[in-house]
Amino acid sequence: MIWLDTIVQGILLGGLYALFAAGLSLVFGIMRLVNLAHGDLIVLAAFLILTIVSALGLNPFLGALLAMPVMFGAGWLLQTYVLNRVLGDDILPPLLVTFGLSVVIQNGLLEGFSADSQKLSAGPIEAASLPLGPVTVGVMPLLTLISAILVIFALNQLFYRTRLGRAFRATSDDAVTAGLMGIRPRNVFAIATGVAMVVATIAALYLGMRANFDPTIGPARLIYAFEAVIIGGLGSLWGTLAGGIVIGVAQALGAAVNPEWQILSGHIAFILVLLVRPRGLFPRAND
Amino acid sequence: MTPSMKSSATKIVALIALIGLALVPVIGSRAMVQDLFMVLTMLVLALNWNMLAGFAGLVSVGQQAFVGIGAYGMFAAVILWGLDPLIGIVVGGIVAMALSIPVAFFAFRLNGAYFAIGTWVASETVRLLVAQWKALGGGTGTSLPKGTTKDMFGVDVIKDLIDGSSSAAADALTYWLALALAAATLLAGYMFLRSRMGLGLQAIRDNAEAAKSVGVDPTRLKALVFVLCAFGTGICGALLFIQITRVTPDAAFSVVDWTAFVIFITVIGGIGTLPGPIVGVIVFYALQRTLADYGTVYLIVLGLIGISVMLFARKGLWGMFSARTGIDLLSLRHPAPRRP
Repeated sequence: MIWLDTIVQGILLGGLYALFAAGLSLVFGIMRLVNLAHGDLIVLAAFLILTIVSALGLNPFLGALLAMPVMFGAGWLLQTYVLNRVLGDDILPPLLVTFGLSVVIQNGLLEGFSADSQKLSAGPIEAASLPLGPVTVGVMPLLTLISAILVIFALNQLFYRTRLGRAFRATSDDAVTAGLMGIRPRNVFAIATGVAMVVATIAALYLGMRANFDPTIGPARLIYAFEAVIIGGLGSLWGTLAGGIVIGVAQALGAAVNPEWQILSGHIAFILVLLVRPRGLFPRAND
Repeated sequence: MTPSMKSSATKIVALIALIGLALVPVIGSRAMVQDLFMVLTMLVLALNWNMLAGFAGLVSVGQQAFVGIGAYGMFAAVILWGLDPLIGIVVGGIVAMALSIPVAFFAFRLNGAYFAIGTWVASETVRLLVAQWKALGGGTGTSLPKGTTKDMFGVDVIKDLIDGSSSAAADALTYWLALALAAATLLAGYMFLRSRMGLGLQAIRDNAEAAKSVGVDPTRLKALVFVLCAFGTGICGALLFIQITRVTPDAAFSVVDWTAFVIFITVIGGIGTLPGPIVGVIVFYALQRTLADYGTVYLIVLGLIGISVMLFARKGLWGMFSARTGIDLLSLRHPAPRRP
């Protein structure tokens, strides 16, 4: 029974990693951009929520709702004024610019908020749990997984059911031809990064409520997110959820054997999956 | 000036610089020796990373794996096998080269930008594995036994030569090794890039399909560069930690110290140019001295300069200088064959 419990906890943890990864997956799927600052942007969003919550005395969920438009704007500006300039065939400039951004955000937050650990307090819901058949699950981890599934469902709807989604897909397939049809790729990219930042805000909400955070934890979270995206298959959103769950379960199983092996077993699972399936579990057909 | 005069002028300038730097332990202060040691080791790391990212198109964010394993290889040689640290440096380089083979096997499956993530994950995995190595202190690390560096081969001779303490002599020895390593790395890089293989490498960077069509094998060449750079980086890591004398997994596999700084040095100086890392390391050192008291501000400034360079001057400070003045040191161009 302990094994079943461990696996369930791992799946729930995977929900958190999928939330971290969904924004990355979206941006990669549309513009082939690997954003090395994504983890730090999530931490930035967590500090934004914290500031709103402590200034207005709100519940973190409401705080996140207020933070979303701000982060959308930040993503839009970032893409329009910085990232659009470096997109192209050469992969080096976008990697190095987002890497620089990661260092700037991380140290900017250290300067502004110090290295102290912070937490978003959500009240009694944090400790609540539900008996679910043979295992008991925390309400907060369950809420995280449900949110991850909802976010990915919503992104898929956006992708395949709306006009904007059609523009996303057209630009992703062939930006030049999409431009001939009256779509402005740079605008589409800016909106996509804005949406990714909204998803990052949701990730930040759960990151902040479930554990302590400080300005330096971004890169460690980013690495799990990347593992989820790559395991899932580049550009597939449901694949990203599956990837997050693979990492979560591997970490939970590793930690059950020896607490020091938690992170290590996640990395090893990632390496093993890629050795067997170099393009991930659910790769898209065309790239 | 004719090209041959230019190249002999370059050689003379390089020789004077080399002699000047070599004399520092004899005429300079010990603090200066230690400072320049860090500068030279950063230069070696930057030269290696520049070769990978700037010439072979392999943007690795995991070079700290080779610094760290090089350092641990040296510590194992000294503590577990009782060897001289100088032999430990060679052991460190060989261990790093051996590690690079499985890393390459794994990371080369990932395309483009995801190669960066693959090397990063590989490096984290190695760090976590090394933290399980109880004989070398596990997660808390270990120190070189007291006096190890003073007993290194050659320290006694140097002690008489510079007329100082044993520790000063040990500093001088590691400094000279760093200087030799930097000079050798630069020279080897230049000769490699001027060679047939180097030409192939640059051809791949400029147009992979065209290069393949004339018989260049991209994967083989890139793997060769990856393994050789791991060797250089591992040797440099071992040398660094002889000077630091204490190793922990977090310090030895630090992504900020051994990869982030190195990336900024290369990008600011001029990625894909040979003098770039030299210019970059000078700017890096100047900034570090000026902003040392401000801690995080220093990193913010470095990051912003790096971003600006990528947005407005892709070839860095050296590229800008070279384009304005037409001066092209360590040129990789081949003159067109003369008409008969």
